[in-house]
Amino acid sequence: MIERNRFLSILTHLVLILGVLVVAFPVYVTFVASTHSMEDVVTVPMPLTPGSHLIENYRVALAGERAGTGTHAAVSRMMTVSLVMALAIALGKIAISLLSAFAVVYFRFPFRKACFWAIFITLMLPVEVRIGPTYKVVSDLGMLNSYAGLAVPLIASATATFLYRQFFLTVPEELVEAARMDGAGPMRFFKDVLLPLSATSTAALFVIQFIYGWNQYLWPLLITTEERMYPVVLGIKQMISSGGDAQTEWNIVMATAMLAMIPPALVVLLMQKWFVKGLVDSEK
Amino acid sequence: MEKRVWFKSSWLPWVLLAPQLAVITIFFFWPAAQALLQSLQQQDAFGTSVQWVGLENFENLFKDESYLASFQTTAVFSALVAFFGIGLSLMLAAFADRVLKGVVFYRTLLIWPYAVAPAVAGVVWLFLFSPSIGILAYWLHEAGFAWDPLLNSNHAMALIVMAAVWKQLSYNFLFFVAGLQSIPRSLIEAAAIDGAGPWRRFWTIQFPLLSPTTFFLLVINIVYAFFDTFAIVDAATKGGPGKDTAILVYKVYFDGFKAMDLGGSAAQSVVLMAIVIALTVVQFRFVEKKVNY
Repeated sequence: MIERNRFLSILTHLVLILGVLVVAFPVYVTFVASTHSMEDVVTVPMPLTPGSHLIENYRVALAGERAGTGTHAAVSRMMTVSLVMALAIALGKIAISLLSAFAVVYFRFPFRKACFWAIFITLMLPVEVRIGPTYKVVSDLGMLNSYAGLAVPLIASATATFLYRQFFLTVPEELVEAARMDGAGPMRFFKDVLLPLSATSTAALFVIQFIYGWNQYLWPLLITTEERMYPVVLGIKQMISSGGDAQTEWNIVMATAMLAMIPPALVVLLMQKWFVKGLVDSEK
Repeated sequence: MEKRVWFKSSWLPWVLLAPQLAVITIFFFWPAAQALLQSLQQQDAFGTSVQWVGLENFENLFKDESYLASFQTTAVFSALVAFFGIGLSLMLAAFADRVLKGVVFYRTLLIWPYAVAPAVAGVVWLFLFSPSIGILAYWLHEAGFAWDPLLNSNHAMALIVMAAVWKQLSYNFLFFVAGLQSIPRSLIEAAAIDGAGPWRRFWTIQFPLLSPTTFFLLVINIVYAFFDTFAIVDAATKGGPGKDTAILVYKVYFDGFKAMDLGGSAAQSVVLMAIVIALTVVQFRFVEKKVNY
């Protein structure tokens, strides 16, 4: 800061605190709603201090013992599906991108450039622009309602491949020469030199891709027709009754919303450094 | 840039590339080609007869008023999301840049909505603004404002804009903070010595120097509003009231999976594809090259 200006300092903190409060308010209300009984939540206006039904609501949500309309699938099951899906997508993306970037940078073979561009172009083909035919492919392969169907079509990654390629290009050539002189083959070099060197990028990518995977909505909406394969992000939507507010158990829905937010939020907060790096890197 | 040293093998690189190439061929290029084909065909509802119709699907599409309306809805929606998302986060970032101690503290408290799934954001905001039980709707009613997103399409639009901006704020904020930190302190100090106050310095130095970041975020926010907000719309308004918040992606989904109009949906996919390609090209051509200081 350049000048000392008491008024400006106070204003600065006021604006920031106000920003933090406005950003946090929706989640605070969500939390409060998840601690009340259904009757209290639908009272107008709803109480703004936590109630006493916290444990009960979360237990009912996790066990899927709700009475109202909409899906009755257990949220614990949904969380498992989400976790498996998010991990499979994040790790799958990292694995296949590492391998293809390695191939493109460290080998010379026909159509090398073409392969790289083919991967890169997928950036322009998000699920949203090809939903019908992609659904048909997955259904023809018998992958509806399966973990493979949830994860595999999403693990191609132009950004991750590009990021690893950029990174590999900065790795000094001397390392390859030294490895070759010591008699190390390409896979040995990949495993013992490149993988450890890429650890930072990998951690950053993992955070971003885990959140990406956990938050998928459109794709699971298309290919899961059975409740047992609903990820939590999709399941929560199915718990809301189309019959109006009176029939929706908002306290349980809000408990589910909290549960759906916690894992990715924890990943962001605990791995904040990697998260920031991952965001900035993957957009370059 | 190329490596001067490489490994020799004729088969290994193909084995390494195989998984990625398989995935993109089966789940990206094949379906995209199918969408292109189908957009030129007309199928009956049972898939028994297929007819080539040339560009008829596209003609119908651009004659269809609901499609043009959806285009307009998407344009309004993304303009609002980009404007408020960028404006608010820039304001917060400019203030955060002034804080000597506690930047990380504020950053931590402002970045976590990035982790919230769009669908969950949609559900949460739906609850806050539900006309019968929502707490914010109650306050609006108390203030004499007849809030009803179920009947009034402007209110429904405001609802999804708020949810979408809330979710995207943290992303924009992070990039603005990084952008502001990369502006040399000496420039700002020099201006201060010349007597420019904080307000003037922001508009004449920091804001112009941030233009690459702002432009980049503009593109990213438009892409976000076009493609990543499907879940918010589906959870909060289901495209309603009527079709007044049915953005393009929502309409592709609805026409293809609910109304089962394959040819029309495929033609819409192709239009969307063209939009993504245009936006991606803009992003790579102009970002960090043209908008510069």
